[in-house]
Amino acid sequence: MSSLYDEVAPAPAEGVPTRRITVTVNGEPRTIDVEPRLLLAHMLRQGLKLTGTHSGCDTSNCGACTILFEGRPIKSCTMLAVQADGHSIETVEGLATSSELHPIQEGFKEEHGLHCGFCTPGMMMASKALLEKNPNPTEDEVRWALSGNLCRCTGYQNIVKSVLWAAEKMRAESN
Amino acid sequence: MALDEIKIGGMGARRRRVEDNRFIRGKGNYVDDIVLQGMLHMEILRSPMAHARIKSIDVSKAYEIPGVRLVLTGEMMAARNLAWMPTLSYDTQAVLATDKVRFQGQEVAAVIADDPYIAKDACQAIVVEYEALPVIVNPLQAMASDATVIRDDKENQPGNKVFDWEIGDREATDKAFAEADVISKMELHYPRSHPSPMETCGSIADFNRATGKLTVYMTSQAPHIVRAAVAMVAELPEHMIRIVSPDLGGGFGNKVPIYPGYVISILASILTERPVKWIEDKTGNLISTGFGRDVYLKGEMALRKDGKILGMRMNTISDHGAFYADAQPSKFKIGLMHSTFACYDLPAAHLTSTGYYTNKAPGGVAYRCSFRVTEAMFFQERMIHAAADDLGMDQAEFRRMNLVKDDMFPYRTAFGFLTDSGQYEKCLNVGMEAIGYSTFKQEQEEARKRGKLLGIGISTMTEPLGAGNSREYDILGIKMFDSAELRVHMTGKAILRTGAMNQGQGHQTTWAQIVAHELGIPADDITVEEGDTDTAPFGMGTYASRSTPVAGAAVAMVSRKIRAKARKIAAHLLEVSEEDIEWELGRFYVRSNKERGVTIQDCALAAYSNMPDGMEPGLENNAYYDPPNLTWPFAAYFVKVEVDAETGVWDVLNVVAVDDCGVRINPMIVEGQIMGGLTEAYAMASMQYITFDEEGNCIGSNYMDYLLPTAWETPGFELHEVVTPCPHHPIGAKGIGECATVAGPAAFVNAVVNAVSHTGVRNIDMPMMPNRVYEALTTGKDVSGMPPVRISE
Repeated sequence: MSSLYDEVAPAPAEGVPTRRITVTVNGEPRTIDVEPRLLLAHMLRQGLKLTGTHSGCDTSNCGACTILFEGRPIKSCTMLAVQADGHSIETVEGLATSSELHPIQEGFKEEHGLHCGFCTPGMMMASKALLEKNPNPTEDEVRWALSGNLCRCTGYQNIVKSVLWAAEKMRAESN
Repeated sequence: MALDEIKIGGMGARRRRVEDNRFIRGKGNYVDDIVLQGMLHMEILRSPMAHARIKSIDVSKAYEIPGVRLVLTGEMMAARNLAWMPTLSYDTQAVLATDKVRFQGQEVAAVIADDPYIAKDACQAIVVEYEALPVIVNPLQAMASDATVIRDDKENQPGNKVFDWEIGDREATDKAFAEADVISKMELHYPRSHPSPMETCGSIADFNRATGKLTVYMTSQAPHIVRAAVAMVAELPEHMIRIVSPDLGGGFGNKVPIYPGYVISILASILTERPVKWIEDKTGNLISTGFGRDVYLKGEMALRKDGKILGMRMNTISDHGAFYADAQPSKFKIGLMHSTFACYDLPAAHLTSTGYYTNKAPGGVAYRCSFRVTEAMFFQERMIHAAADDLGMDQAEFRRMNLVKDDMFPYRTAFGFLTDSGQYEKCLNVGMEAIGYSTFKQEQEEARKRGKLLGIGISTMTEPLGAGNSREYDILGIKMFDSAELRVHMTGKAILRTGAMNQGQGHQTTWAQIVAHELGIPADDITVEEGDTDTAPFGMGTYASRSTPVAGAAVAMVSRKIRAKARKIAAHLLEVSEEDIEWELGRFYVRSNKERGVTIQDCALAAYSNMPDGMEPGLENNAYYDPPNLTWPFAAYFVKVEVDAETGVWDVLNVVAVDDCGVRINPMIVEGQIMGGLTEAYAMASMQYITFDEEGNCIGSNYMDYLLPTAWETPGFELHEVVTPCPHHPIGAKGIGECATVAGPAAFVNAVVNAVSHTGVRNIDMPMMPNRVYEALTTGKDVSGMPPVRISE
């Protein structure tokens, strides 16, 4: 019996039913056999080895597992992998190109928006969703948009500054 | 020409963090990200009961689930002498329960399976029969003469008492009280709180039968202490144990202790000869791992009517849970509680402390503080606030009168600490100016006329950070020094390793800045590594704000050793005697001719290619640093709030933080630490606490019940800086990571109490949830979060 987590694609235990799904991850279609109960966060982490999406609390409270599902921020710890079949998702690994960081990534580094880094991918994905909808947010709008994501290190002030830094850069780039 | 220190990323540079490069790309390497070939997964079955005898455990159904490899119970651990392990405070803790369970969430069995889902399923298939026992959830119940003894496993255990402890001068204190004009009293509860880093605890144990080597990847703030403990507990030779702490998703003291999960995963790997991964879920983390606080504090202060403090006496009763597992220096039973009032000129003081076992999770870890100083300083600033009010004195002026003055250093505190530096009054003045203190009283009165309740709160304190000198500080007998090892390669690049352990503080960035400051090697040319006991020098890890005071000092000292050797090489290269050589950042030159010089990089190359006759080749060294004293940063925090009289909801209007942590290595990171700490202070003041029902059920076992502030609730912060260099630290730095968590909570409580003081209320216990504030407003009585506790005089 091979372990679910040894393989590139999860290979569940013998006799466990699986379903073949195709999910577009960061622009690339990925086909994978999954147990129907497998959580999307776990499919990304163990199945696709995209470990930038973190599992924090398992109850949708902390937001460390936030990804974009059809462009909207969702908590991937409370969605089943099979529910993503046929859909498009974005994770932190899709933010940068090989040569260039996304302005949100630059903003977090410039404004010291992270300490331990554990909440950071979720924070950045939630920020991306905000800035795509609202390219010129106020501080309060940023705080509200990130209120589903917990951070224990920074006190949020620099996270807010990071997002505003990115917003400014993105506006400048789009002009 | 001398280098520009800021340009090379030296001291004082707001250098952007090296670690961010991986974290912002989602390329961090946390324990759960590590996958080893053939790895199995472990899940722990926890007790649903807080106190119960285990009558039987049936694991047969678990083994029927395909993919289950091993089920471990306490009996199997006992057969290998691993059912109990030592704690960091000379007590013992059950690894897997054998006789009875002593708190809800205690480890009862563990399943090792092909994947974590199977392991979770199998835990549900284990049948445990319990016989309920009376549950004790607070010290009042624990101290009752007919209380059930929780630790019946221990011989000669006197009821549920853990310790009695006292310090200070009782006679001198009694005398001060006899001479007092006014005696002011304060009694409060500092509720149990959980550090709750975003990442839970976890480990991957990998025992290699062929080599005999055990490698454990784990979430530890102190990997070397773990290695020593594993060597003692598992009876494995220390050189065959390698502990690796990779990236940690926060720690805050929660990842200092050694938890049963680590030990079980090690045995599981030895038995299965496969790597075994254990990743705790959030509930497991909140209900079983090291909590902070949970102390009842009562005291009184002897005052002269002009405002001079004459003496203070204080009593603490602490709730340690089922096992005394405080992470603290062994001499001090209630941590550094006796650092209370260290910033005030206090002639006489006396402290008595008693600790009790209860049916709650063990801990008493230093949650973002230096061993119980959070409780010490919270009590201090609540007491000071009450005393000023009792005397009818202004809060700032009462503090100004009693703070230790600049010319009184070095100052010996009533409890025997030696504070060595500070400009307390200056910090107070900076804060008063920034918050608009002089006009506040008028503002408050005018607001009251409009039906608005404004309040202002001050908290001033110095705290002992950086344990510590080896005369006083040890954990399990191991002295609390720290270390650094520096290797300069032939092209002038370098690798630095320390015995500290980063968990978000940015050591990779700041340690390189210290080397850059000492040697002139650009910070970008220096790799920093920590956390692997096979490569890092022995150190006591990171907690209690000790990294910069101790390991950071070692980094400076090892750099100076390197510079001393480079000087000899420079003399050889310049063909002059060593006495004729001068140093400027990054370069040695001939005193008589400044143009004639060699860079540190030239010296590095020569150390491998052209060393003087008789000199040992290479350019590397290490330093073990035993600090002569603790470092004493000072904080003055001001909080302004508005309380809604109709609902008890309070809003923060301003937070002003003035911090003096000596010389700042990277101001950007220092400010980040202060803002993070202020947020945890706000959290504890407003919402964050762990409580229990009378059956010992943990109320706060997940983030729906255990409230943490988000970006929405958290106020903004205004930071100010005062710099008084530490006189004994090689670069003048003091600890900073925890000042705001320590001094912050009292500023928030003092502000809310000030806003409602017209009702006669003197205290509202944390967390000051709207219902508590509303109760205070409507009854005019203090609001206590504690059951009535008898406190001995």
